[in-house]
This record gives sequence, C-alpha cells and structure tokens, in this order.
Amino acid sequence: MNINDKLDIRKILLDLENYRPRRRGWIWRDQSPIDMGPFHYVQASSPLKNSIPLPSARHLGNIDPQPDATITTEIASGRFEDDIRRMRMAAWHGADHIMVIRTAGQSHMDGLLEGTPQGVGGVPITRKQVRAQRKALDFIEDEVGRPINYHSYVSGVAGPEIAVMFVEEGVNGAHQDPQYNVLYRNINMIRSFVDAAESKKIMAYGGLAQIDGAHNANATARDAWKVMPELLVQHAINSRMSEKIGIPPDLICLSTVPPAAPPSPDLKLNLPYAVALRELMSRYKMRAQMNTKYMDSSTREATVTHVLNLLISRLTSADIQSTITPDEGRNVPWHVYNVEALDTAKQAMMGMDDLLSMLELKKDGYLYDKKREIQERAILMMEEIIELGGYFQAVEAGMFVDSGCYPERMGDGIVRHMEGGIGAQTIIKRAHDYLAPVTAHYGYNNVEQYDKSVKDDPSKLIGGCSFEKPELIQYIDELDENDNVNNRLDETEKYRQTSLLKPEVQWLGDGVITLDLFFPTDERTAEAAGLVVAKKLNLTNAEVIHKEVLHPSEGTRIQLKGQVGFDIDIRTLVLPEKEELMAEETIFEYVKNHPIKVIAGTGGSDEHSVGMREVLDIKHGGIEKYGISYIYLGTSVPIEKFVDAAIETNADVIMISLIISHDDVHYKNMEKLHHYAIEKGVRDKLILLAGGTQVTPELARSHGMDQGFSRGTKGRHVASFIVKRHQKMYED
Amino acid sequence: MKPRIDDFNERRKHLAKMSDAELKAYFEKLTDQMIDPLLELAYTHTTPAIERSVLMRMGFSSLEAKTLTEKMMDYHLLEHGVGHVVMRYATLHGLSMRDAGLKLIEDSNELNKLAEAFK
Repeated sequence: MNINDKLDIRKILLDLENYRPRRRGWIWRDQSPIDMGPFHYVQASSPLKNSIPLPSARHLGNIDPQPDATITTEIASGRFEDDIRRMRMAAWHGADHIMVIRTAGQSHMDGLLEGTPQGVGGVPITRKQVRAQRKALDFIEDEVGRPINYHSYVSGVAGPEIAVMFVEEGVNGAHQDPQYNVLYRNINMIRSFVDAAESKKIMAYGGLAQIDGAHNANATARDAWKVMPELLVQHAINSRMSEKIGIPPDLICLSTVPPAAPPSPDLKLNLPYAVALRELMSRYKMRAQMNTKYMDSSTREATVTHVLNLLISRLTSADIQSTITPDEGRNVPWHVYNVEALDTAKQAMMGMDDLLSMLELKKDGYLYDKKREIQERAILMMEEIIELGGYFQAVEAGMFVDSGCYPERMGDGIVRHMEGGIGAQTIIKRAHDYLAPVTAHYGYNNVEQYDKSVKDDPSKLIGGCSFEKPELIQYIDELDENDNVNNRLDETEKYRQTSLLKPEVQWLGDGVITLDLFFPTDERTAEAAGLVVAKKLNLTNAEVIHKEVLHPSEGTRIQLKGQVGFDIDIRTLVLPEKEELMAEETIFEYVKNHPIKVIAGTGGSDEHSVGMREVLDIKHGGIEKYGISYIYLGTSVPIEKFVDAAIETNADVIMISLIISHDDVHYKNMEKLHHYAIEKGVRDKLILLAGGTQVTPELARSHGMDQGFSRGTKGRHVASFIVKRHQKMYED
Repeated sequence: MKPRIDDFNERRKHLAKMSDAELKAYFEKLTDQMIDPLLELAYTHTTPAIERSVLMRMGFSSLEAKTLTEKMMDYHLLEHGVGHVVMRYATLHGLSMRDAGLKLIEDSNELNKLAEAFK
C-alpha cells in the first residue's frame, strides 16, 4: 500500500467472503532498550517503519521512540467503515491495540448480529464488520511495520458464539468478565458464569488476550476510590477462573484504572492501590486504563488526569497502556482526540523512561501501610462472601458496588437475584450422554460413548470443526437492505470519487467544525452569544460542547460545534509553492566560490533574538555552517541602519527578524526596509529576507521582501534560498 | 446489605500478624474457595448460547444455529447436546453434518423421533 493513497473501503469489502485471517492470537511488542538520535531508551520497543513523531521531534531529528507497553485506542464511531481510516491514523501515532466498543444494547441480543447496520455509541459487532476491519489492519500493520492487535467484547447473552466468531476471524483480544453481565447488564448470574466458562475456553484456544471488567466498578460507584477493596476481589474472581479454564496467565490482563482524579489527591489515593493490586496479582498482566469517572468537558483537564495515570503506570507497571480520548467527557470520540490521547501516552511514557532506576517507592510509611490496608479489606470482603454461601449469595445480598469502603457498608450496592435477570431459567443440566463434538468446549463431554481414542479431541468425531477447517465457516453478507455499509458509502461517494472535500470530525462528509470563543461576559450570556455566532456563520446543529468561566463577570470561554453546509472543490485551491531545498554540498560549493555576506538583526523595537541566532549560528546549524559570513547588528535595530550597514560593508543579504506586533507593524517595517533600499539605490543588489513566528512567505513577499521565513525555519532553508537567489542575480 | 460503620480495625485482628507473603497465599486460597463452585456449575450445565456456539463450530451460520437450538429446546434435547443430536441424525441417515442440521430445521417430525430415541 502506498502511503499517499487512501484506504479504499470498497476494495476492502470486495471478496470478503473468501478472506482468512493471517494469524490467531495476541502479539506483545518486541521490547528492548534502544538508541535513537543522541539518546538511549530503556523501556522501549522496536521503532516503526512508518510513523508520525511528536510535534517537537522536528527539533530532534524526527526521532519517534516507541514505549515498551502495548498502546490501546478505542475506535467506535458507529460506522465501522469510517473507523478503518481512523485505525490507520492511530497506528501511525503508535497504537497497536485497537479496541472496538459495541453498539448500545448488543449484550442483550440473544444471538449474533450479522451485516453492517449503523451503531449508537459503538459498532454492531458482526462477522462482516470484524472481517473487514481485521483485513484492513493487515494492510495497516504492514505499513507501520508492527503487528496490530484487534479487540472487542465477549459478553452479553451471546458470549460463546461471539467467542467462536472471534477465533474464526482472527480477533486478537477481548473483554470477558461475567461479573460485568451480572452487575451492569442485569443478565442472569448463573447463565453469565456458565456461558463465561465456555467463552474463556474458546478464547484460550484462540490465544486471545483477555481483559476483565473490574474498572466498571469505579466508573459506577458513587465515590470511586472507596471501591478499591472490591476491585481486588473482582479481579481475583475473573482472573483465577480464567486461569483454571486454561487461559495462560500472561494473556490474563487486569483492567485497572486509577480510581480517583484531581482535585482529589490523586497519587495518594491511587498509588497505594496500584501497588496493592500488582503485588497480589503478580502472575497476571496489567492493562492500565485511564480515568473516565471524573471526566468533564475540558480536554485540557482530562489530559492532565491522564498524564497522572501514566505516571502511576511508570511508577508501577503497565503491560497494556490504554488511552481514553480527552473529548470522551463531551462526545463520542473524534479522530483527532484518539491521536491526541495516543500522543499523550507516547510522550509521557518515553518522557518518564527508566524512572525507577532513579526513584524507589518508600516501603515504610504511608504508601505501604495503605497498600496493606486495601489488601486486608479485600480479604475481609472475600471471607464474608464465603460466609454468605458464595458469590451468588453475596450478589443477592447487594455486596458489590456499595459506596462504602469495605467493611463499611452504605446499603446501596447493586442487588441481583439468582432467579432473575435476562436469560434466567435457561441453564440446563447436562445429561449422562451429553456430547459436543467440537474443539475448545468446556465441561462434561461424553466423547467416549462413541470413540474412546478421541476423548481429548472431540471434533474428530465429525472430521474436524471450523477451528481446524475454516471452510466450514458460514459467511453472511447483509440482512438489512437499507441499513448497511453499501448504502452509507453511496451517500458519501462524492467525497471519495470527486475533487470535493469537507471538514469532518468522525464520519466522511459530516461537516462538523468547532469554534473556540472568548466573550467578556458571564457564562449564560456567553453561551447564548456563542450560539448567535454559530447562526451568523450559517452553522447548523450548533451546540456548546464546553464552557469555562475565567471570571464570573470578566469573561467566559465557549467551545461549540456545528456543521457547515458547503463543500470545497480542491481544484479551485491555490496551494503555496513548496520550496525545494538545495543539497548541502551544492550550497557549500557555491558559497566557497561566491562569498556571501549577510547583515542581520531584529528590527524595530523587538528584543527577541533567539530564533534569529538559531538561523545564523554555526552551533545551531545556521547559515554560518555553509560559509556564509554575517554581521549581527543586535536587537531593536532601526530599519534604516540595516541598509546603511549593507552599503558600508558591501553585503549581499539583509535578514530581519520581526516579532508579531499590534497593528501589523511587522509588515509596515518590511515595506519600510524595501523602500529605504530603493531610495538608496541598492534594492536590486540586495536580497531582503524577513523571519518570525507569524511571518508567512506570501505576506512577506507582498510587502517587498524577497522571501519570508516562519516557525520551524532552519539555517539550511535560508542558505538554500540565498544561494538560489544569488545564483539567479549573478546569472542575470 | 444493611448499612454498617467501618469496623476494619476490629475485623482485621486475625490478619494483623500475617506477613505479606502469608496474606497473599490466604488471598489466593479464598479466591479458589469462591470460584471452585462456579466452575463446577459450569462443568455440569449448558445454555442455549453454548449450544449455538457448538453448532457454529460444526458449520452452521448464526441464524441456523439459533433456529436449530430453539427447536431442540422445544423437544428438551439440549441436555444431550445439540451437536450430539445433529451428529446422531447425520450418522443414522448418512448425511453430512450440515445437511443433517438443515433437514432438522425443516422437519419437526424428525426432531420428534430423535427426542424419543434420546429418552
């Protein structure tokens, strides 16, 4: 696949009935210390073939070190075909675990969904959808050069069938935890556990990594940090059950979220818990998730909380580092926030590389006392569960998700009954002759009644099942002639097949844009004013997505979203020309034969000189490196002085640095320089260059300069331009 | 549960003298005590979802598996295993597993006969 070509969704959907996954099972990152640029990284993994580094990497040779942990992103906009594009973008930013959230209500569907209907708050997980996404990920993983794990959910009343489909389709990881069904989906508890045993056996066969559901307790509990003892109990139940059924401990991943978030004292609450968990569950892997419970609409605040979560990961451990998009508190995640969350994880984890070689956690005092207390509270809870008669009785008694910190009880726990919930009365005792002639079946299976020799290989009775013979898999394309991917693609086809372009946040052609506004007034007035701005700009479906009071009367920030109704035809766009850089050797050679002298300084009343020095000095790779000599006049140099100095020293170039200023003074100063040079009769002998963070090449040229240089300019860019222009003047 | 105050200091007395390693071992012992009865229950029981998953592995689509399982529930055949019933029918009539299952979806009389045979 060419990186300049977009993924062709229709091509992915073509011949899907014959697609077979290239592998089964989970793949961890290839972890090892690595040298990159001038640095040595310890908690790292192999670099990617293609990736997008952090923005600041352009000052560091564009290095893109990848952390040791698998990095997760959750992508589920409701349209899997649009999510495929986001998966590719996410992979370039470091995601190698892509999780698809299911559409609302799928856990109550008694059977598999088929086809490609649109989802709400997630994607309807079907064979076709899974197959298309896994197929797309094959291309994407080849492009970035790292295996990508694909993941969804094995829960609800159709868990075992979903598990079978996932193994057949090469899905690499799944959430599986019967407690989730029981507590949050009100699925009958006996049914949930009996189904879970079969699901886990199937997942063990397929080598899928399993993630549990304990993190939902702190998202649900009134005071998340008080539920810590119970979290240990929930993790223990699911993990040990999975291990006994046959999932290897290194594929049993505990979904752990630091329960508290600022303004609570985050680390004082979360760190003892993180240590307590990792100590008691040392056999298993940690899937560190970020906090969602205390997320609001501020993406900045969410990001800071998530960085503190990453600090806990680095102070303890994380085998899978999951990311939560910072916009999850206000909408179903948008493309750019998946990427922001991934960059946050990569930035923080590599920034905190090898932290524990410099620090250690204090074993005496608060941290370990609190850790021990949480562990003891969990054990006391387990004692009472057993005393009550076991897990089912404890759930009936309302022991779980109580808002008291065990053994304190508030009496508000979730109560479920053994005879109640969805799927109650559907549990059937196996008869003596019970038989299931398939691979990866849990429990009593009387194979011997037919053939003693295949006791451990029941599918031999029927000549193999779909796990050994994938040609047995029955593929269903579509069931609904209206609600399917083909119709959705038709609706947006012009954005694929023509030169039309539209802004989007999640779906092709959705037209959604955001506005970030400040009003010098109170919150309510600002909100109403924001909506008027949207109306006057002809935005439809405008909605305030975030507001932040800067002062009760002085000002409020408003962020709002709305849809634009127009398309842009890219054939009508005028793109600024791309300056081709000369080879370094050519620049050296030219300057050796044609000495070039530069007069430089910051113009007008500007005391900023850092940017200019970087473009000039040899030690920063400035123009001096290429043999170009310069005279630096200093800061706040009067405009006339540049030209006078150039005449006096017979210089060829004037480089003026101009900071952004009120009333466009920087552009007026460019014109002044240009006109003064004309006045002195030297304009045609001089190359005039202006630079600054807000200077654009087009505007600089329209204000009399030969060229303008903006943020990110290096000495080579300037030297290359000077040589080309000098060459041209010399030739002419 | 009835509300109660935090009596942690009272309850923990028997844990206080345990080392961290002993505490961990005790935690694991209690875990097994909680889950072993759950695993036993799963070992001896089945559900419609499990049976549907067996049929899928035998080469039936999700829709066929659902219909066949529902029909077999009406004849109380799940306790013998739906895959078992299909296999028995296929052997009896020299059919492939798939043809046997599809025939059973169509023809309830055949299921009725099988139910008698399994009694």
